[in-house]
This record gives sequence, structure tokens and C-alpha cells, in this order.
Amino acid sequence: MKRPTLGAIFFGLVPFVAVCFSVSLWDRIHPIILGLPFNFFWLILWMLLTPLCLCAAYRMEVHSGNISPAKKEIH
Amino acid sequence: MTPSLIALSMIAGIILIASVVGFYAGARHKMDLEQWTVGGRGFGLVLVWLLMAGEVYTTFTFLGASGWAYSRGGPALYILAYMPLAYVISFFILPPIWEVGRKYRLQTQADFFQIRYGSKALSAFVALVGVVFIIPYLQLQLVGLGIIVEVSSFGGIHRTPAMIFAFAIVAAFVFTSGVRGIAWVSVIKDFLLLFAAVFIGIAVPYMYFGGIGKMFAAVIHARPAHLVLPGATKNLGQTWFISTVLLTSFGFYMWPQGFGSSFTAKSSDTLRRNAVVMPLYGITMPLMLFVGLSAMLVLPNLSNGDLSLLTIVRKSFPAWLLGLIGGAGALTAMVPAAIQMLTAATLFAKNLWRPIFAPTMSDQQVATLARITVLVITAIALIFAVYSSVTIVSLLLLGYAGVTQFFPGVVLGLFSKRVNGPAVFSGIIAGISAVTFLMLTRRDPWMGWNAGFVGLCLNFAVVATVTVVLPRRASEDTNFFAAKVSSI
Repeated sequence: MKRPTLGAIFFGLVPFVAVCFSVSLWDRIHPIILGLPFNFFWLILWMLLTPLCLCAAYRMEVHSGNISPAKKEIH
Repeated sequence: MTPSLIALSMIAGIILIASVVGFYAGARHKMDLEQWTVGGRGFGLVLVWLLMAGEVYTTFTFLGASGWAYSRGGPALYILAYMPLAYVISFFILPPIWEVGRKYRLQTQADFFQIRYGSKALSAFVALVGVVFIIPYLQLQLVGLGIIVEVSSFGGIHRTPAMIFAFAIVAAFVFTSGVRGIAWVSVIKDFLLLFAAVFIGIAVPYMYFGGIGKMFAAVIHARPAHLVLPGATKNLGQTWFISTVLLTSFGFYMWPQGFGSSFTAKSSDTLRRNAVVMPLYGITMPLMLFVGLSAMLVLPNLSNGDLSLLTIVRKSFPAWLLGLIGGAGALTAMVPAAIQMLTAATLFAKNLWRPIFAPTMSDQQVATLARITVLVITAIALIFAVYSSVTIVSLLLLGYAGVTQFFPGVVLGLFSKRVNGPAVFSGIIAGISAVTFLMLTRRDPWMGWNAGFVGLCLNFAVVATVTVVLPRRASEDTNFFAAKVSSI
């Protein structure tokens, strides 16, 4: 199988660093943002940011020719 | 009508409607093995999305997550972290798995190992491990169904008869509708769950505290340590968090049923785009945690955290709403349970029984054997569910410790030419042995690390060592996938 491009892997690693490896940096209550303890806020934020990272990874793959650009799908 | 009767009839009505939809959707297609297990390989973005969401959002989401927020606190945050990461992994591995699946007409996870490593023994072993570790996941759905009926009947119906009855329905449902019927019932279930989760997640904190922010202020005032790791536990700290998040995000699509559902897709691009948007669907998870935290302050003395969501719903809302939410909960247990039964049964019949004991069986006989296996596996899960009292999340983590041991064999199998069958075989054995030893001797977590993750590391190390030590065969470089197509 074709391996993914380094660029796509980079964008895939970003969420891993943000919500997993860096736990000691964000696992705290303060500052409270939008009423949420900081750790809750941070993890919810990354639920929204992860699709953006994957979008970027998708573009890297299309750009490298690993996948052909999305065709319209008929159900 | 008494409140319990109202709630129970709502639940029964929802299950009935869903079953009719499932029977109808399944009955329109001729049920051969390929149609029953992978829906004829013709699902587009919407159906695949529904099917995958259907098996991902289970009783674990509904009762388990709130239960852990209630009883453990901070460690439940792992649930918010691992879900988006699981889709990152799926973005990279599901499209190539699908490509292999289409090329060799694969139906199960064990088929994949057979094609890649050309070993019937390895494939049968993978099927066996898959079936064994699906059982705690099935058990978890059963426990959930039992809790729903128990709480909705205000304690009038005991959990055990409720579980037996519920699973008779699920087994009947699996028999007749196959994967296509299940996908359509997922539609109903997802709408109900979405409604229930958003409604409870906002309404409960609002009723008792005046809002989510005020609820958190109250928790911070009463028990600030509950909100960060290790929460109410002694040994689930940051090391446990990192190792558990890695284990579960790597293992998410190593569940035989998740792996198998990727074969239902029409194209690999369907799966890739699916992975991009799926993390957004996880937005109901934090709401479940909010409900668990509210319940902790409102109803501090529950015997079991898994009861917290439904008990607070029962305390706060009229009986019909309890019934509606209970019905949504029942479907979130039934749909994944149906998929798990279907997968486990197919694995057992097709990859374990036929190749080892009865090589002459026809596909039709395999389909019949698979249906019998559904009953046997369900009975086993039922027995475990009746006799054990482990929390829902702990059951899920037990399953993950097992199925994630497939990860090295799958990922290296896809992207590395070097890795071979004996290496993967010994890796899985090493991983499973380590997990079994650590868990049976009550060493999970081990020195702060999730036992499943310790097994995974050992597994990777063994695969790497054996691959390097064994002489490279000439054919491996050209024959990436062994292509023993005739035996599938």
C-alpha cells in the first residue's frame, strides 16, 4: 500500500500532541473559559479543531497525488 | 397508569418500531453471506456514516461515560480525548484496508490476516481473539439494557429477566435483517440519542444549578479534585491517561465489527471523508459527562455510577420522557449489540470453524452456523452479565486491551513489506499473555500504565524482533499481499 505523505502524517500528529502527550500542561481547572474548567474546554475545542487538521491532511494527500480529488457521490 | 407502566410502554413501543424498520429494510434484499455481513459492499457516505456512528455510540456513551464522570471524575476525560484521535487513525488506515478488502473480496478482519500473511492458523487465531474480546463489549450492552429496564420500572423488574428478554429481541433482529437492517435502525437510534443527549445534557445542569457554568462552579466549590486527573481514583493519573488514550485510539477500528464495517463502503474516499467529519459527532460526549457530574452533587449516594444518568432523569422529568430517553438508550444498546453478534458469529463460523474443522462447508451452511453461533455467544455474554458487577467503562477497556493487539499486524501489514506471519503471530500472543497476566493478578494499571498498552508495547517489540531475526524470503518483496484468494 502507498504510504501517506509526511505532510499528512504531520497534520495527523497535531491532535495527538494537543490532547494526549501534552496532558500535564492542560489538565487543570483554571482559567475557566465559557464556564468550563480549562481541561474540559481544551478537549472540546480539539473536537472542533481535529476535523480541520484532517481536512489539511486530506489536501496534502490530494496534492501529492496519493488520492484523486473527491468526486461527487450518488446515493 | 403508573409511571413505571408509562415509561416501560414507551420503551417497548420504540423497540417495536425500530424492529419493524429493521425487518423491512433487511427483507428487501436476498440474504446471502455477502449481503448479510457487508451489505453487498454498496453503502454510500450516508449509510456508512450511520453504520459507523451506530456502532460507536453505544451504551458506553450513554450510561458508561456519565457513570465514570459520576464515580471517577477526571479519568473520564480520556473519553473526550480518544474519540477524535481514533478518527485520525482511521483516516490513515481504513482506506487502504478497504482497498485490500475490495481486491480480495474480504468480509471479516480475519480474512485480512489470511490474505496478508497467508496463514490459516493466524487467521483462525485472530478470529478467536476477536470473538473472545467482543464478549465483554456485548456484556456491556446487556448490562446497559438491564439498567434501563430496572430504573424505568422503578425497580419493579429485576435486571436479569430484563436482560434475557431484551437480548431475545436483539437476536431475532440479527437473524432476519443482517447488516442493512441494522444500518437503517441506526438512523432512528441516532436521532433519538442526539435529542436525548442534548436535552438531558443541557436541561439537567440547568434545572439544578441554573446552567452548565454554574454546575461546574458548584463542583469546583464542593470537590475541585474530582475534575482533574486522577479524580476520585488513586491510580488513574496522567501516565494512565496517555497510555489509555493511545490504546483506545489505536484500538478503535481494531474491533472486528468496526474493521468489518469499512468493507460496507462504496469507495475508499467515502471512508476518508467520513473520518474528517466524524469527530464533530462526538460533541454529545461532553454533555454526558456534564450529566454525570450534576448527578454526583444531586444524588451523591448511588451504589453504581452507571445508574446516575437514568436515575437523575427519573427524578427530574415526567414518566413519558423517562420512557423516551430509556427507549433511546435501549436502541443504543441493541444496534451495536446486533452488529457485534453478527460479526462475532461470522468470524467464528467462517474463519475459525470452517477452515479448521469442516473445510467442505458451503457459504449457505456457514450462514446457518453463524446464526446458531449468535445464540451461543449471546448466552455466554448473558451469563457474564448476570454474574459480574464491573462498570461499563471497565468492560470496554478490557475489550480494548485485547483487540488493540491486532494493531501492529494491521498497520505494519499495510505499510511494511518486511513484516511476516510468524512475527505478527508471536506479537499477538505476547501482547495477549501480558494483558491476561497483568489483569488476572490485578496489576492494571501497572506502574501507572494501562495494562493493555503495556501488552501493545511488548507486542510491537516482539513483532520487530522476530521480523529482523527471521531470514527474509525472496517472495515477500514482490508479493505484498499473499493473494491466496481461493481460500477466502
